[in-house]
Amino acid sequence: MIESILFTFGLGSVCGLILSFASKIFYVYEDPRIAKVENLLAGANCGGCGFAGCSAAAEAIVNEEAPVNACILVATENISEIAVIMGAEAGTAEPLKSYNNCDGGNRATDRFIYNGLNTCSGVASFYGGKRDCTVGCLGLGDCVRACGFDAIHLGPNGYPVVDREKCVGCGACEAACPKSILEVRTMSQRLLHLNASYDALAPCAQTCPAEIDIPRYIAHIKNGEYEEAVYTIKERNPLLLACGRVCPHPCESYCRRGIEDEPVSINQLKRFVADMEMNSGKRLPIECAPDTGKRVAVIGGGPAGLSCAYFLRRVGHRPAIFEAMPKLGGMLRYGIPEYRLPKKVLDWEIQGILNLGIEGHTNVRLGVDFDFGSLIAAGFDAVFFSVGAWNDYNLGIPGEDMDGCFTGIDFLAKIGNQEEVEIGRRVAVIGGGNTAIDCCRTLLRKGVDKVLLVYRRTRKEMPANEVEIVASEEEGIEFVFLAAPNKVIGNEENQVTGLEYLKMELGEPDASGRRRPVPVAGSETVLDVDMIITAIGQSPELGFRGKGDRLDDLDITRWNTFEIDPATGQTNVPYIFAAGDAATGASLVVTAIGGGRRAARSIDLFLNGKPVVPQPKALLNTHIPESIFESVDGVKKRQRTKMPELPVSERIHTFEETDLVISEADALYESSRCLGCCRLCYNKELT
Amino acid sequence: MGYFELIIACVFVNNILLAQFLGNCPFLGTSKKMETAVGMAMAVIFVLVLAGTITWLVYTYILVKFGLVYLRTIAFIVVIASLVQFVEMFLKKSIPALYAGLGIFLPLITTNCAVMGVCVLNIDKEFTFLQALVASLFYAVGFGLALILFAGLRERIFLARVPKPLQDTSIALITAGMISLAFFAFQGMV
Repeated sequence: MIESILFTFGLGSVCGLILSFASKIFYVYEDPRIAKVENLLAGANCGGCGFAGCSAAAEAIVNEEAPVNACILVATENISEIAVIMGAEAGTAEPLKSYNNCDGGNRATDRFIYNGLNTCSGVASFYGGKRDCTVGCLGLGDCVRACGFDAIHLGPNGYPVVDREKCVGCGACEAACPKSILEVRTMSQRLLHLNASYDALAPCAQTCPAEIDIPRYIAHIKNGEYEEAVYTIKERNPLLLACGRVCPHPCESYCRRGIEDEPVSINQLKRFVADMEMNSGKRLPIECAPDTGKRVAVIGGGPAGLSCAYFLRRVGHRPAIFEAMPKLGGMLRYGIPEYRLPKKVLDWEIQGILNLGIEGHTNVRLGVDFDFGSLIAAGFDAVFFSVGAWNDYNLGIPGEDMDGCFTGIDFLAKIGNQEEVEIGRRVAVIGGGNTAIDCCRTLLRKGVDKVLLVYRRTRKEMPANEVEIVASEEEGIEFVFLAAPNKVIGNEENQVTGLEYLKMELGEPDASGRRRPVPVAGSETVLDVDMIITAIGQSPELGFRGKGDRLDDLDITRWNTFEIDPATGQTNVPYIFAAGDAATGASLVVTAIGGGRRAARSIDLFLNGKPVVPQPKALLNTHIPESIFESVDGVKKRQRTKMPELPVSERIHTFEETDLVISEADALYESSRCLGCCRLCYNKELT
Repeated sequence: MGYFELIIACVFVNNILLAQFLGNCPFLGTSKKMETAVGMAMAVIFVLVLAGTITWLVYTYILVKFGLVYLRTIAFIVVIASLVQFVEMFLKKSIPALYAGLGIFLPLITTNCAVMGVCVLNIDKEFTFLQALVASLFYAVGFGLALILFAGLRERIFLARVPKPLQDTSIALITAGMISLAFFAFQGMV
């Protein structure tokens, strides 16, 4: 008896002593958030989250390897608290708030003078009111009188200002306004609203394929409200770091300043605030609507898939992304080289999207690992299909299958995946688009002696971005224009030794408006090269067809893309929606992002059991005729901020990012160049 | 019994998970992802070898010597628990790379039933020290084998058509039962 008590006591104290000393000696600093998160988890060590126990899960959540709602046991309040610790908002209820859409006010020009009428509805009934602008604010304050909560007052510039704290979302102001200046909307409604012909939109915002409210975020930058600027962009585009780097900014071609002066460098400003958020080291919390419990399978983790999943998650659904490649990002990761979009930046951006509570499954391929039938059986309510366009076109010339012949996307994907590729000394890249340029500049950085870009038209007709063409000229890439490859020449070992081409001359313009090249007879010339890359365009990969349940149901167009209703993104199978390159053919990243949001709107309608119909009067990237000007008065010429970049001698040997971010002072200057346009009015600099 | 038979018996015939049904909670919990399963398997091997040998030493040189054999269970629990905690702290400070690989799994299997079971079996079968070491190692290898096999299956099941009421843990339990049935074919081999 005595010895057993002594033994137990002795054993306990020895173990206790050793452990207390050990905890002192072997103390390691740990992120205090891990302990906080762990306290909020269930503590059951059940492994339901896929991690080894609660402390491992807490660590994964803090290291952003797991979403905040990873734990399957704890209550919603705990998830919200974890989300607060991690700086993301899980969302509790979705309140209605009033938003003012017109900040033209007194700067807008008048067409009529009304005497004695002092209500908006009164003047609106006479020829629509005094303003030239048919949609703008009349500034007589019907909304102020309608508001029962004293939340609206007329600002000094002659348009209503809403106090968000006091607004209860009753809708009285919207009902009182004869135009549609004040709109009472939930966050979800705002996120899924497509640009419409009755909206107060500047030409740039009409042009942007992702429909970002460009003047608004530039105004935020001008006022130094960088976080607000990021939020404004994220209402329409979750991939601002990527777009800030690679977007060919179609918006800038419609910039009103560009008519009289150089356009505002919109994309650089986007990159400035996006980098600001990343470099600040903390993510801005993103609000999500309360859970609906509906699940959506997103096939393809490229820009369209990520965008669609992001918007679906923010409006409360549960998307899961299925990606065939080892990592998410699609063409952003495997098609765009490191020097244009560093993988580290992309990883940070994608993790921010997944942190909202989106599952990502990689290395799973449609037709091999799963099919539409199995997704529906696994409980998904709808499918978003964005497999991209990964199938390179072939030239159709003899000798194309020799060793040393590659295709553009295949080549870039291998480099992006860090696979070893045997590189020649003298390389010909065939094609005039961005993929061809990316191949050229990648090869140069891989250390080849000579890169020739072979294109059958001239520089003027090249579809690649102008900045990319200029950069590749600076880096010493040689262009062979008006050359149509005829055949590949090889030796007995089936190795490429040359490329024969026919010289061309430009004839009549074709349907695309570009002059059609016509071959010159007898002009065969041979280029001495030992590697050839064909980058003349891509179409979606259709290899999954015929390999599984319901995989042949989707209609295909004659360009091998998937048939969709362009206004809704719905395919011929009602529960499948598509966007991105798979639906449009190879196109811009920002088009894929816009398509993803458009499809998210339709999927939301579908999941709520409503008919999937196009939004009435949606612009779908057409322009409002009255907003497009021939000339712009009152613009003082001021130079556009030049993009800082690595000097040529440094950049051609490394995969370091070539384009750099502008400084804060430059960003403030550049944002001051913005005219703050709306549909008709803008801020004149000279009067 | 030779060492070869002992190894076969530990890995297949008396597989700790599928024939003796010990350690089912981590088996179901950490088999969702292959990566986690491999980490867990390694951690079990590490802990079982340590625990199996140390408890054998404690039993033979302390408990038997002082005639305290009836305190076996309580002594084993305290010894294994403090040992694992100690090793975890040591690894975290001194070998962070190894800790990143196995450390996070350690607290999960502190005096887990599989660990405790193997230690008790080593004593009950009257193994020598070397036999106890080999048995602990290969019981753990058997555990790892079953866990990794199962994780492979579950990764595929995630993508398969599973009727709604059977999804997740229920289909996992059914699958585990079937693998266990398959392992019954080894019975009587040794």
